[in-house]
Amino acid sequence: MSRFETVLILSALWCLLAASSGARAVVETYEFSSQDLEARYHLLSQELRCPKCQNQNIADSNAPIARDLRVVLFEQLEAGATDDEILAFMVARYGEFVRYRPGVDRQTLLLWASPGLLLVLGAAGLIRHFRQRRDRTLGLLTDAEQDQIEQLLREPRA
Amino acid sequence: MRAKKFIPLVAFVLLTGLLFRGLSIDPTALPAARLGQPFPPFAQPELLSGDEISDAALTPKPALVNVWATWCYSCRVEHPYLLSLAEQGIPIYGLNYKDDSAKARDWLEQLGDPYRLNIVDVEGSVGLDLGVYGAPETYVLDADGYIVHRHVGVLDEAVFTRDFSRWFPVDALPKRMPAIGVGL
Amino acid sequence: MIPELGHVALIIAFVLAMGLAVVPLWGTLRHDIAAMNMAPSLALGVTIFVGMAFALLATSFLQDDFSVAVVAANSNSLLPPIFKFSALWGNHEGSLLLWVLILSGWMTAVAYFSRGLPLEMVARVLSVMGMIAVGFLAFSLLTSNPFERLLPNTPLDGNDLNPLLQDPGLIIHPPLLYMGYVGLSVPFAFAIAALLGGRLDASWARWSRPWTNVAWGFLSLGIMLGSWWAYYELGWGGWWFWDPVENASFMPWLMGTALVHSLAATEKRGVFRSWTVLLAIFAFSLSLLGTFLVRSGVLTSVHAFAADPERGLFILIFLALVVGGSLLLYALRAPSVASRVSYTGVSRESLLMINNLVFTVATVVVLLGTLFPLVMDAFSLGKYSVGPPYFNAVFVPLMALVMPFMTVGPLSRWREDSAKRWLHELLMPGVGVLVAALVLASLGSDGFNIWIALAVLLAGWVALGVIKDLWRRIASAPDGELKWRRLSPSFMGMTLAHLGFAAVVLGAVVVTQENQERDLRMAVGDVEELGGYRFELLRLGQQAGPNYLADQAVFEVTRDGQIIAGLVPEKRRYFASGQIMTEAAIDASLWRDLYIALGEPIGEDAWAVRLQYKPMVRWLWLGSLMIGLGALVTVLDRRYRSQTARKSVPTAGVAGLAS
Repeated sequence: MSRFETVLILSALWCLLAASSGARAVVETYEFSSQDLEARYHLLSQELRCPKCQNQNIADSNAPIARDLRVVLFEQLEAGATDDEILAFMVARYGEFVRYRPGVDRQTLLLWASPGLLLVLGAAGLIRHFRQRRDRTLGLLTDAEQDQIEQLLREPRA
Repeated sequence: MRAKKFIPLVAFVLLTGLLFRGLSIDPTALPAARLGQPFPPFAQPELLSGDEISDAALTPKPALVNVWATWCYSCRVEHPYLLSLAEQGIPIYGLNYKDDSAKARDWLEQLGDPYRLNIVDVEGSVGLDLGVYGAPETYVLDADGYIVHRHVGVLDEAVFTRDFSRWFPVDALPKRMPAIGVGL
Repeated sequence: MIPELGHVALIIAFVLAMGLAVVPLWGTLRHDIAAMNMAPSLALGVTIFVGMAFALLATSFLQDDFSVAVVAANSNSLLPPIFKFSALWGNHEGSLLLWVLILSGWMTAVAYFSRGLPLEMVARVLSVMGMIAVGFLAFSLLTSNPFERLLPNTPLDGNDLNPLLQDPGLIIHPPLLYMGYVGLSVPFAFAIAALLGGRLDASWARWSRPWTNVAWGFLSLGIMLGSWWAYYELGWGGWWFWDPVENASFMPWLMGTALVHSLAATEKRGVFRSWTVLLAIFAFSLSLLGTFLVRSGVLTSVHAFAADPERGLFILIFLALVVGGSLLLYALRAPSVASRVSYTGVSRESLLMINNLVFTVATVVVLLGTLFPLVMDAFSLGKYSVGPPYFNAVFVPLMALVMPFMTVGPLSRWREDSAKRWLHELLMPGVGVLVAALVLASLGSDGFNIWIALAVLLAGWVALGVIKDLWRRIASAPDGELKWRRLSPSFMGMTLAHLGFAAVVLGAVVVTQENQERDLRMAVGDVEELGGYRFELLRLGQQAGPNYLADQAVFEVTRDGQIIAGLVPEKRRYFASGQIMTEAAIDASLWRDLYIALGEPIGEDAWAVRLQYKPMVRWLWLGSLMIGLGALVTVLDRRYRSQTARKSVPTAGVAGLAS
């Protein structure tokens, strides 16, 4: 086996060690000073993504880095940090990638605005559609007349 | 009217372009969040001397900062290459990450010491500030002390030539030895 | 020898599929009846040979033939036989073969049940499905041959099946899911056939509707099983993670939901014809997209198959051909003139359109969220993650928006209805459910909970509306007759599915809001309380399984001195792979689950233990089961049986009011 192959296999192993162990429940017994902190811990640990996992939050991941981040989260919460401060701390070190809830900024505006935008556009389209339908039903234009108009519009002018 | 029927097709073509682009992207590759920033300040003991050192100790630059530990198999694999880099005169600072310092000293004694100095980081706090998520990792500090590159995994000659050599041009290196072409 | 035979069978199936894709379609162009008539036989031929290939691969698995690469990689001599069999589809190559097998099964079913349809239609539909089969068989043969041998370096034993997949849920989850995924190819093929034939009328909708319902029903059941499996097998009690692979199956479901409703309007009234065709194309395109996302490695997921960009490229090209071709055909052939059927904004048509709007937006939003990281990465705008907090924030309001209309829909009349009549029908249920919601929401553990109030309100609104409709139909039947007889299977199916949806919503909200969870260190003899239950750790032990060794903790759960359950969570170490698996212990009941999972041992005789009290979590799967079964029930409807009889189907949308 050449050295190069050894390296390949070992780096593959590195990845495995970092990313496997998907099926072990993470159970840790932190003693929180208040129930409120515990609730925030659960919420934040589920919103933070483990930087070196397939797609897991730090609450569910067994990776060493996820364990480290849980410790940091616990300590910062107990030290009185706000959610925003903790998120900023994590993002400064691991990038926007660690946030499962992307912050609203210019880059993510489309992501956050599109559901509402699509719904409004779609609803507007529907309302317009039904207005036209109603007008037709009311007999402003019969279907035959409508067809005739479309026919005329489509014909090339001589 | 007819043109409207083409909207789904156009949207799909755009989507296909995106997916095609996606095939050549590695979704697991993460750029270091600290790129373009100075090395985070720290005050930790040095591995061999035991003196407390700070980020000011990381001179000369440009230099490599190598995150390693004795529990990390791949670190053993890249170790000979780090030795050869050190022999070429490239300054390498070690970050002994979440390790047993006694074991780390033994390791350096047995395998050779490519490092100018080693930051002891038993708690992993310097690693956390740096955004490390495993070992080995290797960072490049430019002449002004800014982090300009990170490599995750084993560092070997191919990787060095591809990603690192622009900060360490061959003729700029002090030539203590003829450049070694092949790793040990 | 067996793998080689399998390989040959697969090649023959490929050749037959080529024939199916070309000959009957060519026949429709040349009006060659003999060529068109070949379609059913070719479809059957493909099925037989794919079936042979599948059976031969299964034989290799059951006989522990580790010279076959996929067997060596995914099975082990110690594996129980049932898991050796299901290991066949626990990997990329084998699951692709299952995909093709199910596709050919659908083809044969279409060929059999569509004997009464115009020959040209049958020929076109089967040809289109043949093209899809060609694509997937080529994919299998060229990039993912399941029969590849490891010769001469045959390993002595296999690598074992991933322990996560050694589970009864995973025996049936993939086949059911694929039944749904692949089943959507049937309405797709009907839509394409209708576009090719230039006849987009109500009869097209009538033909494809039962197929759509069945496929969508299977998809619902498949997703349900996946969620249930994740709940008990992944070890931490979650039931939906918005992982890209989950989204890949959820998007076709959402689009399918819109399609099922839109088809109703198209069949009954001949409206929304172009839109329905487009939905049929989209639904199947999304299941192809799902296949791409799962197998190409463009997104990171906990469940994805081993990533391979080369395979990704193959599927992408195939996807581009199939979907691009279909959408081009749609652009060129779909009618641009709206149908002549009239209706007002206050009618069943408009309510179905609202359903379509919401579910289409939901699909797009899930797609956008899933692909957003890829978009940003492609334009070098940074690495982003979009996860559950985003999806919940946008998805929950969308579902809340559609539910008020769900009650009105079944009660409403086609063409024109009046808001006054709706008010008259629904005032009493509305007031009743409002009161019930307020009362129930205040009964929770810590006072009034607005989310539970809303969930009870919306779910109760849907349920009461459905029940009122049911009662009205029974009551209006003439006396003396068996009143239930008057209820058609399609009505019953819809009722069941709507009730199921309400149950899912209620379960999801209650378990999210009232879930109780504690992570504790427990030693033998320790007692902990949660949700009014008393958990005592009686003893620790070890138990050997066929291919693993398990640490066990024996718990006794009591409430008010009465023994409720004995629970034995395990932590297993599998021999072959050395992987460690948490095996949770669950005491399930309609109103609550008690869930215990083991973490790590702490010292000699203590463990880190997670106790969970999950109220109404079963409603999620019970409701999904109702949705799936409801969809399946609808095909028993008498009017679909006419498909087998040799008689023409009414073409215009005059088939009457509500069934």
